Parts: sequence; structure tokens; C-alpha cells
Amino acid sequence: MSARNPLRPTALHATVAITALLMLLPMVWVFGGSFKTQAEFYADPGAWLPRAFDLHNYVVLFTQKGFGGYLANSLIVSGVTVAANLVFSSMAGYAIGKLRFPGRRIVFTAVIVAMMVPYVALFVSSFVLVVQMGLANTLMAIMLPMLVLPLSIFIMRQAAHGVPDELIEAARLDGASEAGLFARIVLPMLGPSLATVGVLSFLSSWNSFLWPLIVAQSQDVYTAPVGLSVAAQASNTLSFGILLAGAVVVMLPVLLLFLFLQRYFVQGIATSGLK
Amino acid sequence: MAVDTAAGAPVRRRPRRVAGRAGLRAEALTGWMFVLPFAVVFLLFTAIPTVLAIMAGFTDMSVREIRHPLDVDLVGFATFAKVLADPTFQRAVLNTALFVVLCVPVTLGVGLVLALILNRGIRRLRSTYRAAVYLPVVTNIVAAGVIWQYAFSMTGPVNSALAGLSLPQPNWLGDPGWAVATVILMVAWRNIGTCMVLFLAGLQAVPEEIYEAASTDGAGPVRRVFSMTLPLLRPTTLLVSVLMTVAFINLFEEPYLLTRGGPLGSTQSIALWVYEQFSFGNVSQSMAGSILLLLLAGVVAVIQFRMLRPKD
Repeated sequence: MSARNPLRPTALHATVAITALLMLLPMVWVFGGSFKTQAEFYADPGAWLPRAFDLHNYVVLFTQKGFGGYLANSLIVSGVTVAANLVFSSMAGYAIGKLRFPGRRIVFTAVIVAMMVPYVALFVSSFVLVVQMGLANTLMAIMLPMLVLPLSIFIMRQAAHGVPDELIEAARLDGASEAGLFARIVLPMLGPSLATVGVLSFLSSWNSFLWPLIVAQSQDVYTAPVGLSVAAQASNTLSFGILLAGAVVVMLPVLLLFLFLQRYFVQGIATSGLK
Repeated sequence: MAVDTAAGAPVRRRPRRVAGRAGLRAEALTGWMFVLPFAVVFLLFTAIPTVLAIMAGFTDMSVREIRHPLDVDLVGFATFAKVLADPTFQRAVLNTALFVVLCVPVTLGVGLVLALILNRGIRRLRSTYRAAVYLPVVTNIVAAGVIWQYAFSMTGPVNSALAGLSLPQPNWLGDPGWAVATVILMVAWRNIGTCMVLFLAGLQAVPEEIYEAASTDGAGPVRRVFSMTLPLLRPTTLLVSVLMTVAFINLFEEPYLLTRGGPLGSTQSIALWVYEQFSFGNVSQSMAGSILLLLLAGVVAVIQFRMLRPKD
């Protein structure tokens, strides 16, 4: 098709290249701005690039703004969430995809419902419930709803569904217990999907914002995004430089993960058709 | 399933006979044990909160009753009537409708064009472009909010670039009309990647022979897209439009982080209204508002359910 009109591929290329560059502009602004000093912001607030790579903003972030603690909280929340999702969602996905038990269809329907119910519609009553459980203002309450994400189960269910029945039946004939069958035969076959679940549960726990914002009421429970948004609201006293450095710190872990494990991110979205 | 053993009996039936009822019971027990963690989380954070929100919408619950939920008074539909009559809520509904109507075509259109070009138009740098367009989807939203607040401030990088080109420099976040535009820009920035990836997946399912056949018939590239690719892509287009519609009905983070719903309530969405009522301590109004939001999203979700079901 390029033989007909040599200009066409060039025009298409340019369209995509310009769009991609526009999408990346905020990254230029945030990295450039995070190194600008207070004086530079006064002199030329709109400059795209800093005069020098001054780390001052990052130092202030950790020594005076408490970001070390927020990051530690985020790491705990994400670490526990990822581990729990790997274990619980592969168990549930295998059960829904392969085991015969009464109520299986209802559970699968619940998974799909949970995927579709918008969390913004339920955070108020969820919070009331968390207060009743005595978990207000705890990291536990922040993690609890994310420990078995419905999307994780959906992905693992699709994967477990693909495990050949013959293999499972053969293991049963050999006298394997149900738990042993799952751990030794099924689980090793789910490797790539486990990686997808790990990446996606890290992404959603690290980036979760509204729920931690509701639950965390004191600084010692703030996750990094909550700490950043609270700092941004008090931005009269802070320079944009420190906030932008905070933005870099908050987004960097996911950015690095994305650069190296891109296909797992895209796979998860494409196979499930859901965010 | 259809594979036969040497004895001629289907494989699937054999273990049932060998394992017997005890085996089936062990299987069922394991099944229940394995879904138990999900069941607990589902009950605590989806099922019970839904019931609670519906019930609380009929009460006069305030912030004091969060700790003693049984002390509330029943008020029937009074809270719902109050919410629906509240001009700030009506404004939020109109704003949300505006966001949906403007954001859905923009994100779908750009996402589709990018997917079409990346699928067949060009070969080189394809995965680099895909990664660049997808990056905003995984970028932390709070960090993105800080960046956009800085970039679109009066003296920020966007206006300095516009000044360099001798173009007018609007007050992006301070003027009601421009604030809506900035929120829409950010929503598009963050969602185009998802649309593109889903469209790419849909395009990959279109068999190669169809393109070849159309080429031999002498159809030009533009005609091929409109008369063949788009009709074949219909299921994907439906899916993506429903997903985006539901996402934008629940729009919260962009207006919360960029403008706090201002200036003059011009960017306040329903979800943001619900959050604000909650932070003011008007718990019952907040819950009634969230039930209305749930109903609205539910209407669209029912359609989504019907579309997702047959695929399984």
C-alpha cells in the first residue's frame, strides 16, 4: 500500500510520533521542574528545564516533609497486597475455573459484579463499616479491600481454565490431595498469569488514592499519594519544586516497572477488557 | 474432553467413579475454602456497603452516627428528595453529563486512530509509540495532578510555550470554561492509552485475508477502514465506549486534584459532590448521592454485563 503514495506512511508516522510526544510532555515538565530551585521558579516559572540538576528539592522532601515514612507505608501496603493477591487469587481462580462445588456460578458472578461496581459509589458506607470494625486510621484498613482484587481472580480463572482436565484427573488418580494437586500440578502452570497479577496488583495498590485518603487520618498512616495530595493542598507554603520532586518519587516505582515489564501491563488490560 | 481411553470410556467420567462421593466432597470443600478470602472481602467491601448505603440513604445519618449507626432516624425518601432538589447536586449531574459527552468521543476517536495506524500503517518504532501512549494510564494520578497544576498554572510551562509562539495565554484553572477544558484534556491524556490497547486487541482478531481480499478488489485504504474494519470492530467499539462511559460517570480524581470542583462549581462531578458531602459530615446525603450514582452506573453496567457474558 506504500507503493501507491509514498507520502502516506510518513504522514501516519508523523501523526503517531506527535501524539506520543504530547503524551510524554508531562514527564518532561515533572523531571525538569523537580530540579529547579526556588530562585529559578521566581525568575522564570515557565522554564521547561532546570539550569542545573540540583537535588535540593528531593533532600527537603525526605528530611522535612516526611516522605520517607509515606513511602514506607506505601511499600508495606503494596507488598502485602501483591503477596495476598498471588496466593488468594490463584486459589479462587483455580476453584472457579476447575473445581466442581455448589455455588461456583454465584461466586463467579460476584467476581464480575465486584469488577464493575464503581468504588467511588461505596467508599462512604465502606468507611462506616471499617470504623465499626475498629480499623479506622490503620494500614490494615487501607489494604483489606485490595487483598483479593476481582481482576486478579478473573485473570487467574482464565488461566486455570486452560489447564488440561486430563492432567488434574490423572493426579487425582495417583492419589494427590486437593491441596497438593493445586500446589504441585496447577500452580506451576500459571506462571505468566501470576506475573500479570503481581504487576497489576502492585499497580492498583501503589496508585490507589481515594480509599487511603478516606481511611488515613494522621501522617503516620499516609501512603505516598495521600501525603503528596495533602502537601499539594497546602501548596502556599511549598514551592512547586518540592511538589514536583514528590510527584517523581511517587510515580517512579511504577514507571520503572512499566519500562521493564510492559507486556504484563498491556496483557492484563487487553485480556480482561477492564482497567 | 472428547479424548477416549483405551477402554473406550470418556476420560472425564472415570475419576468420578474411582474417587466416588468422598472425592467429590473433598473437591467441593476445597472449592469453598479457596474462594473464602474473596467471599469475605466481597461481603465486607461490596455487598454489605451496598445494602448499608441504600439503607442509610433513607435516614438522617450525620457524622456523629458513624460510630453509632443504630441511633439514626428513618426519614423515608426525604433525603433523596433533598439531594435531587439541591442545586449543587443538579449542577454536578449536568457537569458529569458534559464530561461524558465530551470525553467519550475524544478518547475513543484518538485511541481508535492510533490503533489503526499502529496496527497496519507503520512498522518501525511500533512498540515504543504504544508504550509512550500507554504510559499516562499507569502514571500515579496524584503525581499527574501535581504536574498538571504546575504545567497549567498562569506562569507555567504551557503558558510560557504559548507566549513563545505569541499566542494568548488563558487562565487554565481559574476560568470556568478553561477549567472544564483542562480537566477534559487530562482525562483524555489518561484514558487514550487504554482505548488504544483495547482497539489494538480487537484489530488483531481481524483476519489478514480480509485485508488482502479488499486490496485485490481495489478498495483504497480509507474505504477499507470505513467499509470493513470499522464494522468488524463493532463489538470492541461497544465494549470500549461502555467502559469509558462508566469510568467518566464516576469521574473523581481529575477534578478533585486539579480544581477541587471549581471555579464556581464548573468542574464538580457527582462523585466529587458525594465526597464533599461526606467531608462536610452530611453522611446520609452523601450516601443517597452515591446510590443515585450507583443506579446511573448500573444502567450502563447492565449493558456491559450483557456484552461481556456471551464471550465467556
